Amino acid sequence: MAVADSHDTAHDDHHDHGEFIAHHFDSAEQQFDSGKLGIWIFLVTEVLFFSGLFVAYTLWRNHHPEVFEQAHVFLNKYLGGMNTIVLLFSSLTMALAVRSAQLGKNKQCSLYLLITMVCASMFLGVKAVEYSHKWDMGIFVRSAFDFHAGHHAAEPGTLAASLGVSPYLIKLSFIPAILLVGCIVASVIGKMTEKPLLSKFLVGMAVTVGGYFLGVVVGQVFVAATEGGSHASVVSPTEPLMLHAMTSEDGDHQAGDGEEHDHAEGEKHDHADGEIHETHHNEHHDDAHAMDHGPDPSKFDRDIGTFFSIYYCMTGLHAIHIIGGIIALAWLYWRSLAAHWRPDYFGPVDFVGLYWHLVDLIWIYLFPLLYLIE
Amino acid sequence: MNWQLPTLFGQTKTVLERVQDTTLPGTAVPQSSIERPETGVTYWFPEQASTFAEGVDDLYMFILWVSTVSFVVIVAAMVYLVFKYRRKGKEIVIEPSSSHNTKLEIAWSVLPSILLVPMFWWGATGYFDSRIPRDDAEEILVTASRYNWLFTYPDGDSSSELHLVRDQPVKLVMQSKDVLHSMYIPAFRQKMDIVPGRYTYAYINPTKLGQYRLSCTEYCGEGHSKMRTVAEVHISNEDRKANTQWIKAEHPPWENGSRLYKIHCSGCHRIDGKAATGPALNLTWGRKGKAHNGDPIEANEQYIKESIEYPDKVVVEGFGPVSKMNSFKGILDQDDISHVIAYLKYLQDPSLVTDSPEAAGSPNEGKSGEAEKPESEDEAVSTEDKEDSDA
Amino acid sequence: MSSEAIRNTFGTPETHFLNHEKGWKSWAFTLDHKRIGIMYLIGVNVALIMAGIFALVLRSHLWSFDGTGPVKLSNEMYNQMFTLHGAVMVFSFIIPSVPAALGNIVLPMMLGAKDVAFPRMNLASFYLWIAGTGCLLAAILSGNGLDTGWTFYTPYSIETETGVIYATFGAFILGFSSIFTGLNFLVTVNTMRAKGQTWFKLPLFLWSLYATSIIQVLATPVLGITLLMLIAEKTMHIGIFDPKYGGDPVLFQHFFWFYSHPAVYIMILPAMGVISELISVYSQKKIFGYSFIAFSSIAIALLGFLVWGHHMFTSGQSQVVTLIFSAITFTVAIPSAVKVFNWLATLYKGSILLSTPMCYALSFIFLFGIGGLTGLFLGALSTDIHLHDTYFVVAHFHFVMVGGTLTALLGGVFHWWPKIFGRMYNDTLGRISCFLVFTGFNLTFFPQFVMGARGMPRRYATYDPEFQIFHQYSTIGAFVLGFGIVMAYSVLLYAAFKGPRCGSNPFRAASLEWQSSSPPDFHNFTHKVVMTDPYDFDTQVYDEELDTYVHRELAQPTKPVEADPQPATH
Repeated sequence: MAVADSHDTAHDDHHDHGEFIAHHFDSAEQQFDSGKLGIWIFLVTEVLFFSGLFVAYTLWRNHHPEVFEQAHVFLNKYLGGMNTIVLLFSSLTMALAVRSAQLGKNKQCSLYLLITMVCASMFLGVKAVEYSHKWDMGIFVRSAFDFHAGHHAAEPGTLAASLGVSPYLIKLSFIPAILLVGCIVASVIGKMTEKPLLSKFLVGMAVTVGGYFLGVVVGQVFVAATEGGSHASVVSPTEPLMLHAMTSEDGDHQAGDGEEHDHAEGEKHDHADGEIHETHHNEHHDDAHAMDHGPDPSKFDRDIGTFFSIYYCMTGLHAIHIIGGIIALAWLYWRSLAAHWRPDYFGPVDFVGLYWHLVDLIWIYLFPLLYLIE
Repeated sequence: MNWQLPTLFGQTKTVLERVQDTTLPGTAVPQSSIERPETGVTYWFPEQASTFAEGVDDLYMFILWVSTVSFVVIVAAMVYLVFKYRRKGKEIVIEPSSSHNTKLEIAWSVLPSILLVPMFWWGATGYFDSRIPRDDAEEILVTASRYNWLFTYPDGDSSSELHLVRDQPVKLVMQSKDVLHSMYIPAFRQKMDIVPGRYTYAYINPTKLGQYRLSCTEYCGEGHSKMRTVAEVHISNEDRKANTQWIKAEHPPWENGSRLYKIHCSGCHRIDGKAATGPALNLTWGRKGKAHNGDPIEANEQYIKESIEYPDKVVVEGFGPVSKMNSFKGILDQDDISHVIAYLKYLQDPSLVTDSPEAAGSPNEGKSGEAEKPESEDEAVSTEDKEDSDA
Repeated sequence: MSSEAIRNTFGTPETHFLNHEKGWKSWAFTLDHKRIGIMYLIGVNVALIMAGIFALVLRSHLWSFDGTGPVKLSNEMYNQMFTLHGAVMVFSFIIPSVPAALGNIVLPMMLGAKDVAFPRMNLASFYLWIAGTGCLLAAILSGNGLDTGWTFYTPYSIETETGVIYATFGAFILGFSSIFTGLNFLVTVNTMRAKGQTWFKLPLFLWSLYATSIIQVLATPVLGITLLMLIAEKTMHIGIFDPKYGGDPVLFQHFFWFYSHPAVYIMILPAMGVISELISVYSQKKIFGYSFIAFSSIAIALLGFLVWGHHMFTSGQSQVVTLIFSAITFTVAIPSAVKVFNWLATLYKGSILLSTPMCYALSFIFLFGIGGLTGLFLGALSTDIHLHDTYFVVAHFHFVMVGGTLTALLGGVFHWWPKIFGRMYNDTLGRISCFLVFTGFNLTFFPQFVMGARGMPRRYATYDPEFQIFHQYSTIGAFVLGFGIVMAYSVLLYAAFKGPRCGSNPFRAASLEWQSSSPPDFHNFTHKVVMTDPYDFDTQVYDEELDTYVHRELAQPTKPVEADPQPATH
């Protein structure tokens, strides 16, 4: 509606193209500056949003370094590393997309945006493999942590069993599968009803969702390669657990000695062992007594679950940001296809680009903090 | 300044009548018997019944006077200026005056800050007085649960009111069974939160006989306002023994602890001073040592609790870097851990956990007794109370 | 528009933002900051009324010490009442009150701008506010209510079966609403100032809003993640705050207060900004020590981030940490004191008009003085141990938040009301409302200081009998206070519809918003604003024809008013 009051700005030449300048801004420049400052402040709030989790991480690691040392071996650093590379590459293509938008090359821009989106969904695919793999082993958050070495075998006859993958993975892939089919069908319809822009956009979306399945396949291959494809690999993380079990058994053998000492030294307290057991009716203690004879490795290391609570919170929140990023990128993709970018108007690409770099940056921090603890 | 606000609609009489019949929940103490118009109640405060209460009140009065004077000056200046320079008629007449004066502004920024320094300093010293217990303090275990208080004395007996002896300092070791609570005794000017999952401490040295209110001040649920009881200060330990409704313990806590020791700990920990798979437990209580990574350790309640629940967290030098112990979290509950701690104290020095000091009431004796007993490192009490209550 | 026509709008404009579009859609989908501000004003006042009713109910319950008074609540009901009173007041009323309602209307106009930088975000912020408040209230409708206290302390909030998830999610959403407002204001002040308007020509209200926005943007995300973790803890037991699973409840308190202490300054800073404007305009004198007031706002905002631990002196945090927090807490007292002294110095040799807004401003100084000074008792460690979580604390923060923020909000609303609606309120009735608010407030909360010092714990449904007399004074005061607030808004509402017309600048104020017509045009200004010092009142001359004050340059009939190069499209 409104035309910029641009008598005194550098963009006089584009005065007639001011369709994207909102009425309350005096000039394209002011609009761009406002957007830029806005997105930077938004990024600050994002950093602070994650900072709560980083603080929780730091405090917990400080309080329980042993938990972190034991827990990180459950994480597959090759999968994490691959995801890091994928995200770094997507940052590169994002930067290229911004460059081409600045130059007004809309076609080029849309291609780069598409690659960025594919990388983003590939990241999510790998993450889905990682999550489902852990859930298979009973690695959940603190309260539900129930580690058992070895996978839940998928029930025979199900899709998961026939594909040889985790049933969790099938569940996680359900929505992307629907999206994929939906995009393809809709783009075909779009083509038939002669809406070329829409159809083009939907093809791009289908390719994007395809990236997820690419990620799943690559992730599965990586898991098979790095963990030998068998469940033997899972034993290695359990070594600390085994150590506990063994010392605990030692403890049992020594128990006799201990009691002798007690008798020899502690004459002041004159109860026989029998009395001890009789007077103990507390359920807890009965449990405990049973535990003496065969400690259950899944129980006493449940604190590892706290590490995974933090792991799921951090990576989950990050994944939500990736999904948000994909939605924003899809919007940009639509606008590049519609050829909206010009040298004096490319702000949205720039701003989403900054957001995307931040999401990458957070992963760059998460990866060593979670996967590379030594 | 012992004046009352005027009563509204003459209700006080009926209030007092209603008060006669009510008793505090969980106790046999009538409402009307507590903090009635005895001496020492001022306009602002309840009685001063602990060593540091006077300091708190003095600081309060100091801040009150400083604030009152500055407030009166500010308001008087405001009223005067508003009156003097009020607009007369419709004309706006302004005498020219400067709109800033850096010297003046710096002066009124700096001068008040100087007044703040003594407030901070006085507050900090008073705080440490009320937080750092004297070495000869008797230890009482406070267990808060919704909506009850339980006070367990060294000999294992408990009561639902807090019973203290005049001039006998106590260190309250506090644990919660469910949610956050906070123990508040206005007459002692003492308050401390009770946090589930960890021990907190409070210190009191009562100076005045009487019954005082004790209430929960951290919101804990439906019965929060019913979580009230009484702290009673007795003249001597005999008086306390005779005039308290005791909840007798079947076994003293250390005995329970010794059973737990035999079941769970004796495999790896010996109590003859020799290290086995784990350190010897008779040397543990109160020990100041080093962890395998060089951090200092002091074996207090919190440390023992953590070692039982998270054995890998801090491993004693010579037993690390990885602890060989299982976590007993979920196996030993909060009470069990308190019993084990009592047993550790017993192993260190039986008098710590048997009976409360007989000759309480004379802190000086307690202090000198401690000075003559260098062999008990930390938690020494007076020498007179070596007797074993169980004997 | 001809220059003469523009000048005539200073009397009464024909079209303005209230009538240039009609119908509910023109309000619900408006991007106009003034309309959004008005909707916010209505919204926060609905929240105020609701939370105020909760307060009156619980004060009536406390009439008698054993719960046998005229209004009898069960303990559960009492707990829910104080929780909802606190949560709605804090999250839905006080935090958005001055910035989102008054600030939204005034800020762009003070900058000579047409709107805030991101109008869509501004509208989104308002709808998030509605959604968040709805979630808070959904806790009531869920059937279980909410009984954690507004602080949601763990592990009680994890164990209780009431609607904690609704409420925390509501607070989470309200946090985003607050971030949107803050972000918008920061960008607007940075990029959209009028030509020639340097930072030191900003009205002090903008400095305080800027400082507030910094806090909103920096602190609120931490609350967001904390509440998300609390929700995760409650639904999945992730073991970070829940001691049953090895978590640490004190960690939650740290996280919570890291936001909620700065949030106290989100509440009070904009109020101080309003007071700076009022004192100066109604004394007709340049504000004394402009830069000291401006920088003290920023200093309060930054220091506010370093003192959260003073809510936790008895929580079991380490003694050294406690000591440090106490020391920093005392430093926050200084910038607040500086402001009070500067306001007093502004009165000196002024021409003071005791109209309604000024009465509110003066009672702000009185009440905030008490609120601030009683903070010293709580900053000092040994006295805080005694006073923490007693009625002393309750009285202290009500003096700051109600005596401070609510009073300033009312003063500000009276001050800008003629600007928004172009109609004048009845000054006598306004001053009576101020008197009622002032006395009612003091009667309510002053006895609570005495109760607290004598050891009355807060959040008690039944209490010790010797406190009953104080509670009864308090209850009477609460009703007087409630009546005062209702009266103030009645006076205002009557004025908005039936009050006599007033010109663009009836109070001879000099900041830019008074250069627009009353009510302002949809684009705020129909002419180019004349940049001027916001406290240089001599620039405003009385125009008898229009019966209002007009800027010198705009008033000269010889020199035509420069029309806005961009004509308003109606």
